[in-house]
Amino acid sequence: MSERILDIQNLSVTFGGLHALKDLNFHVDEGEIVGVIGPNGAGKTTFFNMISGMVTPTSGDILFEGESLIGLDPNQVTQRGISRTFQNVRLFANMTILENVMVSQHCRTKQGVWGALFNTPAFKKEEAEIRAHAEKVLGFFGTRLIGYRLEQPASVLSYANRRRLEIARAMATSPRLLLLDEPVAGMNPKESAELTGLIGKLRSEWGFTIVMIEHDMNVVRDVSDRVVCLDHGETLAQGSFDEVSNDPEVIEAYLGRPLEKQK
Amino acid sequence: MSDINANVLATEAAETIEDLAESASGLFNDVDRDRVVRYGSYLAMALVFVSLVGMAVGLDGRQILFWINPDVYVNHPDGQGLSLGDVALWMWPLLLGWAATNEVVLEGMQARVRGVSDLVTGFLVGALGGLGISFLTFLMSVDREINPENGVPAYGARDPLVNWNEQLYIMLTFNRGWTFALWAWPLLAGLLAMVGASFRVMSDPIRKAITAALISVLSVSVFQFLVDDLLEGVGETIADPGRISNFFESDPSLGRPRVDSAFDPLIDFLYAKTGGLRLEGVILVAVVAAALSLVASYLVRGRVKQARQAYFDRPLAERTRSSALLMVGVALALLIVPFFTGSIINELLANVGIFLLLALGLNIVVGLAGILDLGYVAFFAVGGYTTAVLTSAGRGESWPSWVPLLVDEGEPVVGGWLIALVLVMVFAGLTGLLIGAPVIRMRGDYLAIVTLGFGEIIRLLFLSDWLKGYFGGAQGITNIEGADFGPIGTVTGVEPRSVFYLVAVFAAIAIYVSWRLERSRLGRAWMAIREDESVAEAMGINTVNMKLMAFVVGAVLASFAGAIFSAKVGSIFPTSFLILVSIIILVVVIVGGMGNIMGVIAGSLVLIGVLGGPKQPGLLQEFSEYKLLIYGVLLVWMMLQRPEGLVPNVRRSRELHQEEFLQDAWLKGEVDTDDEGDDVATEVAPA
Repeated sequence: MSERILDIQNLSVTFGGLHALKDLNFHVDEGEIVGVIGPNGAGKTTFFNMISGMVTPTSGDILFEGESLIGLDPNQVTQRGISRTFQNVRLFANMTILENVMVSQHCRTKQGVWGALFNTPAFKKEEAEIRAHAEKVLGFFGTRLIGYRLEQPASVLSYANRRRLEIARAMATSPRLLLLDEPVAGMNPKESAELTGLIGKLRSEWGFTIVMIEHDMNVVRDVSDRVVCLDHGETLAQGSFDEVSNDPEVIEAYLGRPLEKQK
Repeated sequence: MSDINANVLATEAAETIEDLAESASGLFNDVDRDRVVRYGSYLAMALVFVSLVGMAVGLDGRQILFWINPDVYVNHPDGQGLSLGDVALWMWPLLLGWAATNEVVLEGMQARVRGVSDLVTGFLVGALGGLGISFLTFLMSVDREINPENGVPAYGARDPLVNWNEQLYIMLTFNRGWTFALWAWPLLAGLLAMVGASFRVMSDPIRKAITAALISVLSVSVFQFLVDDLLEGVGETIADPGRISNFFESDPSLGRPRVDSAFDPLIDFLYAKTGGLRLEGVILVAVVAAALSLVASYLVRGRVKQARQAYFDRPLAERTRSSALLMVGVALALLIVPFFTGSIINELLANVGIFLLLALGLNIVVGLAGILDLGYVAFFAVGGYTTAVLTSAGRGESWPSWVPLLVDEGEPVVGGWLIALVLVMVFAGLTGLLIGAPVIRMRGDYLAIVTLGFGEIIRLLFLSDWLKGYFGGAQGITNIEGADFGPIGTVTGVEPRSVFYLVAVFAAIAIYVSWRLERSRLGRAWMAIREDESVAEAMGINTVNMKLMAFVVGAVLASFAGAIFSAKVGSIFPTSFLILVSIIILVVVIVGGMGNIMGVIAGSLVLIGVLGGPKQPGLLQEFSEYKLLIYGVLLVWMMLQRPEGLVPNVRRSRELHQEEFLQDAWLKGEVDTDDEGDDVATEVAPA
């Protein structure tokens, strides 16, 4: 078994009296693609928010490469090497496509006021590197986000391209672990099939470990090594796609309980 | 015989009347009654408000143009022309008559043919509005009581309404009693509003020519002082070119023998001795402006649009370069202006410069990083007081001797101000950190309120008795030395031209700083924070540090303005740093165009230059009493009609007009639609 990149131990969070997550135990190995599924309100996005530092857990621990992430700000988590996309696409809509990807390299670069004011060689070099990296990342999606599109504001993009740009923006932070929140939501079957292929490439070509929340079972089946099913903040099942999809509890959570069993 | 005739006549008359009534009702059917009532009431409210606020009477003293020349008829019994007060009233019917006939033409729809019904609408709106004044004068006449002993009229309602007085009554009734006003105002306002509405009916070139003539006459007359001053300065230089050589030595407006200007005849032709455009001047200016506009519309027609399109088709880098060139050109032109203007205009330009510097700093904080700082004046105060403490012999006695005093036996030390400036930067930066550190974690409205509080705290500290030994309390610090730069000269308030050039240097620095920072890693981070702070944080931006950095950069720029301010004025008091200053700088940034350097420059020229700063007079000194009123109205109007400001930042206006922008992009074919896989690979840029 390869090295554990993310290890979540007894993680719980309560909002008021509501248990959004209850005693979650979960781990991701280096180079794995893990799919997180579950009905609406199961706590999947809260789970992501907690890893990326936007929500502080009530108890439990999150270990990333052996170090705890508890108490870190979101930007520090990103600095450590975890990056994410958002379920309801949250691009910087009025910045250009290039700028969206350039700005997310912020934590990997360091030029400050001085360099900017005097346009020092180091500043120019870094700007050129940022731009080159941005274009490389955008080039991952073919011709869709490059060329004349670079200088266009993100708001003119189609829905599918916005999703792609969000992934590009997350990729540009040079993470080790990528959290994708419903990457193919709203895409047509052809587009989601294409993106499924790209998610595979994210691992094979870019070396990212990926955790993905997804409702589209075809995508989950095609790409995940392992699947976790959450419901009401609890883990219902873990394992391969076939195991999880045939688990009676999972089926029950999605489809409801047969009438005769309800007593 | 006569009976039959009378009968025929009667029937004919009746028929004519019927016809007339029919055509009239036809006309009135085209008029949108709701609209007339709505705009008419707006007009009535505006007119009554302007009268009661005192603007009409208050500005009546400033004659701006004559139609009966005062040098021909001395003390003509009727009004000799237009005063600024008249304009304050008359502009409303014109504007609302024009606004009432506005019609939104949707894409692909045939615009209605403009015609008589528009004029009727205009007239009705005006007449309804004019009734507002008729009613006001009627009320006044009811309240008016003439004291039988001395014949002086008195008003009962004078107590709550300060401007409810005889002067207003005389002005509104044209000194002919309220019965005259009763029909004269609806008629006058109606005609004016009809003129306003007629702008919709005219053909394009004619409308442009008339507008050009109107605006030119108004600006040449209202800005008489500036035109006069400039013409005189340029004229004197033409008449005596030797003047140029001793420009740096002393202000030509002080104690210099007056040379006859080459433009003196023109000035005498245009303006009356008592101020105001003479009739011949009005005609000259109007004809020249209209002619120029007509020539422009026939020669240039369509070419401006073409040139504009050609310009926008150029690559971005080229456009940036040409706009940089333009900016340098404008800056050079601005640098030459003070050579030709007298000290009052130069003083005004220096004030504009100080506020420009402040506005540029605030623009980084609010415009780039999106931090709404309402206590910005605090850093201006820190800059001013630090300079004062270091360069004034009159500073408080409690300072220990090791705090340097850069004054040498009542004379400023050469370069002392620059040394002080370094310390000013340090202190302003520290204050920025100190205030910023606890505040910056907040967002939006909470942050605005807390900065507001800190701004006041700083001022109250300078005012307090507790620190009186240091900062002089309410007495402030006086005897601040000017900035002595040795051989180059000394900058003091006595020579506004020198202040202007010092300010220009620092404004150039501030512009450079904003321009560089905006296009750097920091600028991108600020933009991201402005767009969505949580996402920016999730993308690895340390939002607290970045916001703090914007806060400190803004603080340092404001402290420069403070340092120049105290060298210029020579004494500072806590009352120079009221919260009003923060608000006015913010208004300058908002009205000019948030996030855009050109916008900020335009905003400070228009607001500070024309209307004046919180205590500094502008070009329209008569308006100083109503300055805040106008600021407020302007701000509300801008927020409703053009929230992106006078010279908008492209990105900012995109944010504010997202829907329109997307519609435009869609029409141009720039919005991409959800694609169908493979065919996208061959997609090329739209031509």
